[in-house]
Amino acid sequence: MKSYDLKYKKFGENSILVEWPSIICESILKNILLFKSEIVKAHLDINTYVKTSYNSLLVTYSKKSVDSIKVTELKNIYKSIRSIKKQVFNKWVIPVCYDISFGKDLVFLEKSLSIKKEEIISLHSSKEYRVYNIGFLPGFLYLGGMDTKIHHPRKEKPSLNIEKGAIGIGGSQTGIYPNKSPGGWNIIGRTPVNLFDIENASPCLINSGDIVKFISISLEQYQLISIEVESNIYELNKTLTDD
Amino acid sequence: MIEVIKSGLYSTIQDLGRFGFENYGVPISGSMDQFSSIISNKLLGNKDQDAVMEITMTGPVLKFLEKTKISITGADISPSINNNPVKLNVVHDINKGDLLSFGKLKYGIRSYLSVSGGFSTKEVMGSKSMYPNITKSFRIANGDFLKIKALNKINIDPEITKIDYLEHFKTNKIKVFKGPEFDELSGIQKHNIFKKNFTISNNNNRMAFQLNEPFVNQLNPIITSLVMQGTVQLTPSGKLIILMRDNQTCGGYPRVLQLNESAINKLSQKYMNNEIKFELIEN
Repeated sequence: MKSYDLKYKKFGENSILVEWPSIICESILKNILLFKSEIVKAHLDINTYVKTSYNSLLVTYSKKSVDSIKVTELKNIYKSIRSIKKQVFNKWVIPVCYDISFGKDLVFLEKSLSIKKEEIISLHSSKEYRVYNIGFLPGFLYLGGMDTKIHHPRKEKPSLNIEKGAIGIGGSQTGIYPNKSPGGWNIIGRTPVNLFDIENASPCLINSGDIVKFISISLEQYQLISIEVESNIYELNKTLTDD
Repeated sequence: MIEVIKSGLYSTIQDLGRFGFENYGVPISGSMDQFSSIISNKLLGNKDQDAVMEITMTGPVLKFLEKTKISITGADISPSINNNPVKLNVVHDINKGDLLSFGKLKYGIRSYLSVSGGFSTKEVMGSKSMYPNITKSFRIANGDFLKIKALNKINIDPEITKIDYLEHFKTNKIKVFKGPEFDELSGIQKHNIFKKNFTISNNNNRMAFQLNEPFVNQLNPIITSLVMQGTVQLTPSGKLIILMRDNQTCGGYPRVLQLNESAINKLSQKYMNNEIKFELIEN
């Protein structure tokens, strides 16, 4: 395993922030997630929480003060990580209908990028994406690895009503709106699948580090899957990957 | 059971928060002023984390459909039971049919209503704190019926009566640690952030408080990173934003300061145009 030069900063009363170099890449993300799982294993205290983002990890302790011993403890956990074990992630196939009735910004993107919408759809649905972060809204997935041809800045004025399941393009990333919300990403399609469900023990099926692949479906298929989702019989296609 | 005759401006059910789901983008939430919500529970012999009603600025009208005991702490919004004014920070007996209402705001902005045993509204992912798309509704509405626990025998901790409740509201000092990007501020900015008085803008809610005074930002944006309740962010347009209890879990603005828990509680009782001053905790 590649070992990075990490920065440890005390953050507030009871947290420690760990920072990786400021580059967005898969090897850093995987390294963060590996460190996270080792910390969780080492801390039997259920009131210690670890959260991650692109280049950082935050450990929040239940005690209202943290000392330098905690930093040493974390450094030791990081040092002891061995590369023997392969990291395994889920790979999800998510159906998306790119019909312009859902892809409200497809016509705009066609002009702005000078690429035909069929080409945008084919570029968007041909790549495999990595989940780098979940946030902004409960269950909002930030997906990296989009074809540079369809990178496009977010809208200057956010839309007030983006539909649940909408798929958007924001800069170099693509993302999925888990619920109806305002938002600034350019909307190109919609998935009928529920990606965030408070009734599940783990409300978000997909985790940071997982791979997401979109497949293009027709309006008819969209409606069919919607019915299956509503009747609780739809199951997302999921396989394991050590990529 | 409590019947909500009028909901008030913005009333919600809150406990001390929903932990362990931040990595899915779910904020912790919980009472804004936990100093006050914990006292209201302690007065009734409840557990600190029992669910309370957070009442903001204009209070609700509530009809109790069963016998219980209540306490009201935090902001003084002139509470009355059956139109008779009642005191804050003490226990009141409630009979079936009693009406609790509120009047003029005297100090603070958020009041906490506890009932014996706590509210027993639906728990989602380990917490009763209301939040959009997590709980069925994100605020209390007219006509709601709220379940409460059966009346408890009360054992009050005698220490609770010795607390100076008003002290919590008097100060304008907001205690902070340096945030992860504090050291990137210029010398003059590091000086100014503790010397200047700041005022709270009209853009203040459970998610965040924005401050009015511009604060020049020459910092580079950061790659979306992790934030907490009480993180002070500096936006590209030069505004300081203090994240509160319903904060988003990550953000891309430099994090210049971090409030301590007590400062978050105190700030929760401030509102538009109130003045605050940051005070550094050395560590």
